[in-house]
Amino acid sequence: MTRSVLPGTLIAIAVLAAGFAVAFLVGRFPVSLADIVSVLWSKMTGGASGASPSVEVVILQVRGPRVLAAFLVGAALAVAGTAFQGLFRNPLVSPDILGASSGAALGAVLGIYFSLGVFAIQSFAFVGGLIAVTAVYMIGSAIRSRDPVLVLVLAGVVIGSLLGAGVGLVKYLADPYNQLPAMTFWLLGSLAATGVTDLIPLFGPVALGTLVLILLRFRMNVMSLPEEEARALGVAVGPLRIAIVAAATLVTSASVATAGIIGWVGLVVPHLARSLVGPDFARLLPVAAILGGGFLLFIDTIARTAAPVEIPLGILTAVIGTPFFIWLLASVSRTWS
Amino acid sequence: MVVTIAGHNLSIGYPGRLVGEGLSIRVNEGEVLALLGPNGGGKTTLLKTLLGLLPPRAGNVVLAGQNLSALSHRERARLIGYVPQVHTGTFAFTVETVVLMGRTAHGSLFARPGAHDRAVTMRALERFGIAALAQRPYTEISGGERQLVLLARALAQEPRFVVLDEPTASLDFGNQGKVMREIRALADSGLGVLFTTHDPNHALRAAHRAYLLRAGACLADGPVPEVVTTERLEALYRSTVQQLRDERSGATAFLPG
Repeated sequence: MTRSVLPGTLIAIAVLAAGFAVAFLVGRFPVSLADIVSVLWSKMTGGASGASPSVEVVILQVRGPRVLAAFLVGAALAVAGTAFQGLFRNPLVSPDILGASSGAALGAVLGIYFSLGVFAIQSFAFVGGLIAVTAVYMIGSAIRSRDPVLVLVLAGVVIGSLLGAGVGLVKYLADPYNQLPAMTFWLLGSLAATGVTDLIPLFGPVALGTLVLILLRFRMNVMSLPEEEARALGVAVGPLRIAIVAAATLVTSASVATAGIIGWVGLVVPHLARSLVGPDFARLLPVAAILGGGFLLFIDTIARTAAPVEIPLGILTAVIGTPFFIWLLASVSRTWS
Repeated sequence: MVVTIAGHNLSIGYPGRLVGEGLSIRVNEGEVLALLGPNGGGKTTLLKTLLGLLPPRAGNVVLAGQNLSALSHRERARLIGYVPQVHTGTFAFTVETVVLMGRTAHGSLFARPGAHDRAVTMRALERFGIAALAQRPYTEISGGERQLVLLARALAQEPRFVVLDEPTASLDFGNQGKVMREIRALADSGLGVLFTTHDPNHALRAAHRAYLLRAGACLADGPVPEVVTTERLEALYRSTVQQLRDERSGATAFLPG
């Protein structure tokens, strides 16, 4: 079976382009494709756009930041999921299953509870995510079992529920009039409050972590082999594993700190990307980022427009993700036995 | 001077579990050494110690005149290619990608494989007659083909030595013969080869020397005709062994029981 990766890459790019178009065009305030082009063109050239000022505000101040955030968060979660799946040699893991998302959520909730600034919340989220993944991994490797994959997933579930209890405690202690509604809405996953100022603290960590992972893409192929094989092929497994976990957790925590917990994207999108271009990380990572960005643009557009009130993103992705996971479990257990 | 992998007075094992003591072993360039012994006797542990995947509990391993513990993973990988027992793999990498991973130690951390790496990969695939499989997923080819792919990957490392862990374990009769011929051919082209096996006949077929390991102790180490004998094998496996001789070629073979 010979397979070119070009068609798959083009499909991913088409999904992203369609995602951008739909996210800009669909909404309560109608905007045409011509408006978008002329506003963006005028921004770049410095001339007048010809579109009405209110259209310009919608494109640049309201919908624009949200569209970019949806792209970045989707790409980040997909890249992190791809990296974790390779590193743990396990197509069933993702940032949420490994506890990275719930660890980052607890960190971020604590940051909100203490009324800290954006940078501190980001740092709390990163440290929380890192501690959670490390704990899950250590439990997974400490317990010797015939099925290490199952132990890893179960360790993630257990640590995740402990962290969930921690989040619950912080919510219980939070000011019920100001902090609690914000926390609850944000934890369910939402980009509704995203403005221009939120983009920098999201973009920085996502770009940095993704760059590190993409630079390491050929090493990540080797890291997806059994550990002794990777070492025998000349890879210093320990330091490289730490670098990959740190980079993947960084992009996860940045997206959690911005948009709350949006589950399943990190699990579903890497599989879709792998079915498009195969498992070679050199192709898989960029395609997963593109596809993840496009995927969340569609989801966020549905969240904004499907109902009179915003539907939380985490709920939409769960509705898609849960049946997908069950299907995956069934197909994986067939091929692994 | 002959380049070697040499273990001196090794104690081998895992934290809290000593598997063997006082083992000295030498693999020479241009020569095949077969490591024979019963299950649980320490073959794989000794192999991993010589590869540097497991630190010796005592003694030291010297690779090409340098202490193994002083070499980086990268330097080791440019000297020794490791062929693990055949596995199915988690992700459906193409055969070419798998073999290309053998080039890891020849590039820097962020390096992408270049034209030279791809040429070395194709040569390795052609050598084992599996170039036609290059774009097939590794997970979808047969066990014998996978073994050849892993051999090609080790060869793509351009090492001085190749170390194989039970290279025939999951192969059918015909493929066992093919892999034994390839192992011998590697030594003929100048590489030093070490392999473990459950079948003494594979030592007769492919090896120059044999090393008999029982319960973590060396029973014998020397040229195959001197070491792989009925008496020695009976002592090694604690079981009766028959020797058969082919009238026409004079070749011998052993039967258990």
